[in-house]
Amino acid sequence: MRTGPSWFNITSIVLGFAFLYLPILILVIFSFNESRLVTVWAGFSTKWYGELLNNQQLLQSAFVSLRVAFLSATAATVLGTMAALVLVRLGRFRGRTLFSGMIYAPLVMPEIILALSFLLLFVAIDQPRGFWTIVLSHTTFAMCFVAVVVQSRLVGFDRSLEEAALDLGCPPARTFFVITLPLILPGVVAGWMLAFTLSLDDLVISSFTTGPGATTLPMMIYSQVRLGVTPEINAACTILVGIVTVAVIVTSVVTRRSELRRERDERRAVAATG
Amino acid sequence: MEETGADKMKTRLGRLFVIGVPYLWLLVFFLAPFFIVFKISLSQTAVAIPPYLPVFDWSAGWNGFVETLSEFNFANYVWLTEDDLYWRSYVSSVVIAFTATLITLLVGYPLAYGMARSPKAWRPTLLMLVILPFWTSFLIRVYAWIGILKNEGLLNQFLMWLGVISEPLVILNTNTAVYIGIVYSYLPFLVLPLYASLEKMDESLLEAAQDLGCPPWKAFWTITFPLSLPGVVAGCFLVFIPAVGEFVIPDLLGGSETLMIGKTLWMEFFNNRDWPVSSAVAVVLLLILVIPIVYFQHHQQKTAEKAA
Repeated sequence: MRTGPSWFNITSIVLGFAFLYLPILILVIFSFNESRLVTVWAGFSTKWYGELLNNQQLLQSAFVSLRVAFLSATAATVLGTMAALVLVRLGRFRGRTLFSGMIYAPLVMPEIILALSFLLLFVAIDQPRGFWTIVLSHTTFAMCFVAVVVQSRLVGFDRSLEEAALDLGCPPARTFFVITLPLILPGVVAGWMLAFTLSLDDLVISSFTTGPGATTLPMMIYSQVRLGVTPEINAACTILVGIVTVAVIVTSVVTRRSELRRERDERRAVAATG
Repeated sequence: MEETGADKMKTRLGRLFVIGVPYLWLLVFFLAPFFIVFKISLSQTAVAIPPYLPVFDWSAGWNGFVETLSEFNFANYVWLTEDDLYWRSYVSSVVIAFTATLITLLVGYPLAYGMARSPKAWRPTLLMLVILPFWTSFLIRVYAWIGILKNEGLLNQFLMWLGVISEPLVILNTNTAVYIGIVYSYLPFLVLPLYASLEKMDESLLEAAQDLGCPPWKAFWTITFPLSLPGVVAGCFLVFIPAVGEFVIPDLLGGSETLMIGKTLWMEFFNNRDWPVSSAVAVVLLLILVIPIVYFQHHQQKTAEKAA
């Protein structure tokens, strides 16, 4: 059996990644374009970034988006981590099938169905729509994604440490915070980040559940794109892409490092006792 | 360690709390809304706030509930069958989503395969590179294609520069652009589960086949592909189900010929402000998707249990 990568594998990887990244790369390049025409290169310029800084509406909506994303990601992480514990740890209980159904269904359900149902719920309970209704809806669909991410972390997890703590008389809640949470932390952090970006990204659900005064960034981008493409949007998108890329790379490097350190510590502990 | 009665009580309460909080949340914010959508789909459109009748009157108690029930009607569903716009939207959404899923599989399989067979040291990086676009905005990624696919866009400029074509191809605002958009946006959803199942595969099976003189293509079709089927199935559902109700892609990349139910629902809601009919559209869409969604959920739960 050949072990080296074959030409077929390399070609498919290169073509696949070219397809995934070229559009984003083009967008980034053209955000530095002098011309107003998005497809004609007229020299390097950062003027659209300057224009962006003067666009109050866009900045305001970005601020709304960030606040919504922060609040809903945090709430979704707490709820989603609990849900993951329920799925992996708490065994059978009445209504488990319904519970896991409610966790998995929003992952695939078309957003527009979720959006309409959230809206009609808020109307039915007579809750005026605005900032908080967006936060509540984002929390709900994001918690399911968090649950799945944390669940995968909990599955490949050595339970002996937890059992040892419980045997030594550590109460379950304390065991969770002292032992379990630090061990699943990379999953929880990844879950929070996923929830944050999903919220930052959402157009359909926000559009249905918003009210006067709460316009999110995607809603603003969407309305401007419909009016015609402006290079300012390219600049805004580039900044977003940049922030997300840096955040993802930093977290993955940090988790990788802390994992390596933990492995080393564990080996040392084993060596010391053995 | 002796467990006292009080401790046991505490543990049980803790368990109830951990199950109860997310459970209640999902019941209130996920399940209950569907019943409300269903209820409103049976209401009449009204020029009022909210724009439908009848409205539940909680204070009227059981009698009020019965009265509300008696006012329900199926006019909205009848309306869906009368205007063939809806029927054509449903059919064309399913056809577009299905075709796009097949193309995504054709594009995604070689990529996932290449990744799973790459040297072990590359794999985490390659995996991250697939996930990264997934973290960057969906709206932005769809928007990026507008500049590429336009008549005077980069793709046409490039093809004309190559001399392949002399006149720009019309791609933006057609179904082709919608296919490109769906394949592009949903590719990571398909590659990830597929990669997971290809990577787990035991390669000694292939070695055995090769030793017994099986040509590589035959080995692929008789061994690799069947073993990767769980990943193929999960990936295809993750693309197909959300794609059926897609709104952003047909709206930004599609044209007047593009009929998709998500867009029809959006128009019905925001332009016609007809809430009961939008609800009926959503209920029927959900009914179309119930079987795939239940199948997906069953599949997920089985995989999760197997892993646990």
